[in-house]
Amino acid sequence: MWDTFKLIALGVVAVFAAIAANYARDLAYMVNALTVMLAAGLTFMWVLRNMEGERVAAPANEYLDGVVRAGVIATAGWGVVGFLVGVIIAAQLAWPVLNFSDAAQGYLNFGKLRPLHTSAVIFAFGGNALIATSFYVVQRSCATRLWGGNLAWFVFWGYNLFIVLAASGYILGATHSKEYAEPEWHVDLWLTIVWVAYLAVYLGTIMRRREPHIYVANWFYLSFIVTIAMLHIINNLAVPVSVFGSKSVQLFGGVQDAMTQWWYGHNAVGFFLTAGFLGMMYYFIPKQAERPVYSYKLSIIHFWALIFMYIWAGPHHLHYTALPEWAATLGMVFSIMLWMPSWGGMINGLMTLSGAWDKLRTDPILRMMVVAVGFYGMATFEGPMMSIKAVNSLSHYTDWTIGHVHSGALGWNGMITFGALYYLTPRLWGRERLYSLPAVSWHFWLATIGLVLYASSMWVSGIMEGLMWREVDSQGFLVNAFADTVIAKYPMLIVRTLGGVFFLAGGVVMCWNLWATVARQPRVADTRVAVPAE
Amino acid sequence: MDRYSFLRQLADSWVLLALVLVFLGVILFVFRPGARRLHRDAAESIFRNEKKPASGEPVAPGKKEVK
Repeated sequence: MWDTFKLIALGVVAVFAAIAANYARDLAYMVNALTVMLAAGLTFMWVLRNMEGERVAAPANEYLDGVVRAGVIATAGWGVVGFLVGVIIAAQLAWPVLNFSDAAQGYLNFGKLRPLHTSAVIFAFGGNALIATSFYVVQRSCATRLWGGNLAWFVFWGYNLFIVLAASGYILGATHSKEYAEPEWHVDLWLTIVWVAYLAVYLGTIMRRREPHIYVANWFYLSFIVTIAMLHIINNLAVPVSVFGSKSVQLFGGVQDAMTQWWYGHNAVGFFLTAGFLGMMYYFIPKQAERPVYSYKLSIIHFWALIFMYIWAGPHHLHYTALPEWAATLGMVFSIMLWMPSWGGMINGLMTLSGAWDKLRTDPILRMMVVAVGFYGMATFEGPMMSIKAVNSLSHYTDWTIGHVHSGALGWNGMITFGALYYLTPRLWGRERLYSLPAVSWHFWLATIGLVLYASSMWVSGIMEGLMWREVDSQGFLVNAFADTVIAKYPMLIVRTLGGVFFLAGGVVMCWNLWATVARQPRVADTRVAVPAE
Repeated sequence: MDRYSFLRQLADSWVLLALVLVFLGVILFVFRPGARRLHRDAAESIFRNEKKPASGEPVAPGKKEVK
């Protein structure tokens, strides 16, 4: 009966998507509608083919790990895609001829590929990592199967459909022009539906837990889910020009719009890239080190301090703009206050290894996680410093910001995710160990060296840019034209590209290693669910 | 008083005070007597139930027993 409803709903969606594609007012909307039609059609076929046969009730004495496995594959795959696009746009900045503007009619210009890169690494790589690890962690720490049956699968496929819709939209010209919130209104609506389902699965699982206490990692994950829902909805309030077109008009205008955008933007950093990944830290580091977190009390204080402070830090993106002075100062003060809870969390993560520091010598996975926490500490020191108005007047609009973002994103988010993927893969597929620990070491060093090249070149380039832009002669005239700074930073752009190549190479090594772990080793442990070989 | 000024003043005074008090309350609550055992148990909870869910009924909300 339920399947019949699903078929009817999917059929209706496919038909409406076809109609929308027919009436589409722009190419991006048409391609999006066709993608939805295809997705609904494929799901229709899949449901139809699985209607026959016994309905097996979901076994309550097993964890739902299939969706986590799918998430691990998606994370690794999207990661390499995102890093690759990053290397391409880095090379485009150094050698503009690589835009191929004539041959590609401008479709592969930096301006199109840049949001593709940021969305691929943040939302596709980071988002899939968060969804997969949160589903893994919430089941283990609550000692119960995921709530909602196949709803978790809807979250996984729905989220990845969102990514495909967003990415194809960017290339074809659909954009909100809001940083990290580029998808247009119809894609935003779809993400909202998926996100509500995600929240339902997560909360449902927590409410059915068999452990009396909700482990702190779940607090971080839950705050990430709830806050992102709020940020996403408010920042994307817009009125579509037509139901059949991707163009929409923002509800807010001027400085209100800018403030809303950076309230969103900074909390995307605070709750997507920090709180969610801290959930990973608080589960996977204790598990890999085989000892409980250094101080559980500190972890609770870390959580509440982040929650209370992060939400106010956004205005530091708008120093010396039309934003009122008091708002900018408020953002600056809260950013500086954030330094302490961030370092409290870093110390908590690092000290979890106290008494087990020797493991760093033998365990490259743990080394990766520890370096991630180290970069978390570095980025959360650098960030508050850059939010100070005097420093910001030098750093803003320069490559320093890019360097800061990447030491956080590659160092903290990337490394902790790699650590989690290495932790998860043997366990999820029932293999005894990873295929190659030396390959993990290779990945570690490739990623670290790439990161150091990236961050240091961007520091040099950024500070140089800032100083050149503000240099005035004895008459008070600016000394340098903008183009002068572009020429001056050419070597740094090349070093940055090289750093990206290193990081990408590490990601490829990881994918090979994870694949070999599953494909080249026999299954030893019972994973309880039949898994198709690769 | 127009709405903006009212909200601005409210946020600057009572709401700010309330949020700070809640924040301090949360931190003090962490150090309440008897929390040590609960926290140790919670920190070690991730080393249980690795392979499959715990058997038995879900924990009813508000129930404080520690296994």
